[in-house]
Amino acid sequence: NTVAHIQNNVPASTLNLSQFNQDQVNQLIQQLQQHIRFILLQNRQGKTRLAKYYVPLEESEKHKVEYEVHRLVVNRDSKFTNFVEFRTHKVIYRRYAGLFFSLCVDITDNELAYLECIHLFVEILDHFFSNVCELDLVFNFHKVYLILDEFILAGELQETSKRAIIERMSELEKLE
Amino acid sequence: MASSNSLMDSLFQRSLEDLIKGLRLGESTFISRSLEEIRREIKLTDLSTKSVALQKLSYLAALHGVDMAWAAFHAVEVVSSSRFAHKRIGYHAIAQSFSDQTPVMLLITNQLRKDLNSSNEHEVSLALECLARIGTDDLARDLTSEVFTLLGSSKALVRKKAIGVVLRVFDKYPDAVKVCFKRLVENLESSDPQLLSAVVGVFCELTAKDPRSYLPLAPEFYKILVDSRNNWVLIKVLKIFAKLASIEPRLAKKVADPVCEHMRKQNVGKSLLFECIRTVFSSLSDQETALKLAVAKIREFLVDDDPNLKYLGLHALSIVAGKHLWAVLENKEAVVKAMSDEDPNVKLEALHLLMAMVNEDNVTEISRILMNYALKSDPLFCNEIIGSILVACSRDSYEIIVDFDWYVSLLGEMARVPHCQRGKEIEHQLIDIGTRVKDARLELVRVSRALLIDPALLGNQFLHPILSAAAWASGEYVEFSKSPYEIAEALLQPRTCLLPDSIRAIYIHSAFKVLVFSLGAYFSAQEPTSPPLAQESTSSGHSVVNGFTYNSISSLVNMIELGLCSLSGTIDVEVQERAKNVLGFIGMIKHEIAEKATSQNSETEAHRAIAFMEDVFSEELGPVSSTAQEKVPLPEGLELNENLEGLQEICREVLEPMAESDYSSDKVSFSVAKLRIRDQEEASSSLPPPLESSSLLAEHRKRHGLYYLSSQKSEDHNDREGNDNNTSNEYPPANEISVDSFKPKKKISKPRPVVVKLDEGDEPKRKPDASSSNDESLSRAIQTALMGKGKGKEKEKERVKENHEMNVDTENIEQSSRREKKNKKNGERSSKRSSRRQRGKEASVTKPVEVPDLLL
Repeated sequence: NTVAHIQNNVPASTLNLSQFNQDQVNQLIQQLQQHIRFILLQNRQGKTRLAKYYVPLEESEKHKVEYEVHRLVVNRDSKFTNFVEFRTHKVIYRRYAGLFFSLCVDITDNELAYLECIHLFVEILDHFFSNVCELDLVFNFHKVYLILDEFILAGELQETSKRAIIERMSELEKLE
Repeated sequence: MASSNSLMDSLFQRSLEDLIKGLRLGESTFISRSLEEIRREIKLTDLSTKSVALQKLSYLAALHGVDMAWAAFHAVEVVSSSRFAHKRIGYHAIAQSFSDQTPVMLLITNQLRKDLNSSNEHEVSLALECLARIGTDDLARDLTSEVFTLLGSSKALVRKKAIGVVLRVFDKYPDAVKVCFKRLVENLESSDPQLLSAVVGVFCELTAKDPRSYLPLAPEFYKILVDSRNNWVLIKVLKIFAKLASIEPRLAKKVADPVCEHMRKQNVGKSLLFECIRTVFSSLSDQETALKLAVAKIREFLVDDDPNLKYLGLHALSIVAGKHLWAVLENKEAVVKAMSDEDPNVKLEALHLLMAMVNEDNVTEISRILMNYALKSDPLFCNEIIGSILVACSRDSYEIIVDFDWYVSLLGEMARVPHCQRGKEIEHQLIDIGTRVKDARLELVRVSRALLIDPALLGNQFLHPILSAAAWASGEYVEFSKSPYEIAEALLQPRTCLLPDSIRAIYIHSAFKVLVFSLGAYFSAQEPTSPPLAQESTSSGHSVVNGFTYNSISSLVNMIELGLCSLSGTIDVEVQERAKNVLGFIGMIKHEIAEKATSQNSETEAHRAIAFMEDVFSEELGPVSSTAQEKVPLPEGLELNENLEGLQEICREVLEPMAESDYSSDKVSFSVAKLRIRDQEEASSSLPPPLESSSLLAEHRKRHGLYYLSSQKSEDHNDREGNDNNTSNEYPPANEISVDSFKPKKKISKPRPVVVKLDEGDEPKRKPDASSSNDESLSRAIQTALMGKGKGKEKEKERVKENHEMNVDTENIEQSSRREKKNKKNGERSSKRSSRRQRGKEASVTKPVEVPDLLL
């Protein structure tokens, strides 16, 4: 009903709706998936400090994923590449001191871009907590999530400007 | 009392920080104690206490795996608070814990709607973030109109997040496309880089799944590709074009220029540069300038010290290897060097590239080097190496193998690599070569013997398949064996008890074949009453000395009898039955062996039995086409689809006689197509090898024309290989170790033996591009769907056209002057497009969507 209502008021796209055959739309859009599957922050001992999943996973499945990812990245030499295959996807990870930042993305995604993306996230955290350390993340877990939500939405990178996110965070803090 | 209790709870509630501090002291008991507190606190009416409790629970759920599904209703309560801080905690909990099955999902629709309509942009963005994560079919349907409104919001923050949510909404409620698509497209022309980034991300996802539908938007994407300065946006647009160009080649030509432009820039980001290269390699590889530039740029990656760049360089090369092998050959030094890299990822990519460069001239050399690598590598990589050698060498019926003796002995070597776990593949190839390549059988038997007589190999279960193949080969081709006695002894050695029963059965059956062969030779040698020595000259075709004396034959029989005695009581029926068969046969002929030495009567029962068994085994086995079964005509009266319940009855009658005469079914898969070229056997020995095999092949073709299609193929191959030699000549050697091996060696010491080829269904493992055929069927389905609805569509199109005109009119009045212009432009373009579409439809069905002239 809502749709019909809108369609009456605002006639369907002037652009190219006629090319959207209904079956086609159904068939193809159903398989859409977000690009980033999950982001994990783990320390060397395998303790998860932050976990955000952009695909629905069972609680037990999440544990398995976290365990596997940690095992994959923790023993890799610093001279190795920052990419590991993980099931049918790949994990782009980067180590900062004792913390591993891991992103799980599609096999065809741009590795370097996501590596930059991790670094940007760390820079934001560093700026926000001024010299971030593991304890900051432990005690401010809700704020880390807020930053992350500004950064990534629905598995897509939302904001690539460090300044914009920092500004938004201070706005949000004022609201509390 | 209750209220004072709750007051106490609120006053002395642990904050999140207290909880975290407590957790750091000691975990398990503290968690359960905290959970009790949380359960109590979360039920209180005070929203502050409730929200802190929810926050603590979220923390425990996120980092300690505590279940929080039970608190779903409380999360909805917290969200309804008017305070932002509470809302934030509530939405976070919902995004974290709700799934499609959460029962209270229905309760949040109104709350979400309220927040989406809120004047506070932070609340709106919280609601959008939540919807992006948990949106169900119902939520997407009910909130489409809100998302549509927000797509046009004047606040960039809100609009950006609304764009991000659209993907989820489309996914769950495809009808939303009709509503929101136009506004989404409008955002493509936004000047705000963040908005652009978001909307390009959405289109990147949409295009990846169905490129054809988005071809009409190519001009918009092109503009972004040329104008944008944001690496992230450019990467996404390149991904879009990689998809579009692969279905519309004319687009590739157009896009190549701006892509080159980006690659030539001095300070271009590595991520963007890599995306450009990947786009060129995957979709624009027909554009010569772009390809050359990309290959030049990839070299920078390959020589970089950063392992990431090196890996990506190799990875990109493997994309282009199939179509433009020269790009790989130009960088072969780097590839070879990467083989000794520390990182397994880099090594693996290098290995794949190395195998792509293998041809018939360098296969020996490269395989030798790789086998040395394999011996030094860790088990995982070692098996990768062995696997890729096996795949590369067996491609197209061993197209690149000239010297099969070498290859068979290489297979034998592989079995002796300590980490080898590729037994299955090696087994398959050993048998395959035995049946296909007549000239390789002598070496095959030699290699098999070496494997069989080594008792150490029996202990490694990964090698059992290989041993099974070796046993089969030395039984099937026993006439090439120098010492049948030795083979039989190896087949029955005590350590064979380590084998699985199915393979043991093959061992016994092979021993049986050896026995029958030896007896046959013994009896036929005795026949002409000449001394065994004279026999050597007549049987020179097999280069084997068939001199069986009475002593040697009886010791062979005794040895086999002894070896099998213990097996006749085995639990496994297959082993038991075969052992008993052989023992029965021995019992039948044993006493006559002794007689034979004295009497000269050739018409004994034993003689007939042996002649019969020889007859059974002399049928040669050939390769079987994977589609052979389809070609067998259905016999009259055979009902395949009927209920098989009555089978029990019939089986009892049919199976019993079969079991007795079933000697020839040594391996089910091979007994299917016994190729009868036995009568050629005698003729073959006198002819020179190539002629012999070609006449064999011709005969085979005559008899089994069913399995053949065209006859020219193998000759064509040889021609083509000749040409390849010339082309690979252009790349001289450069690096110490294996780069030498790329040097083409012109001389071919001996002609390539004939490999029996089935023209179709030859390699069952290689599926002909499953993915592409899948896509094809999909697009075909869409096309037929479109054609079927042709009539309806005509009408619809007219209606849409009318709408267009109306839109332009009404909207012109409604909208501000800035937007007016834009809409008009859109309207014009789309009507142009729709008329073109109609033309396109008349012209051909295969191109349902035309690319606007603007680009071509």
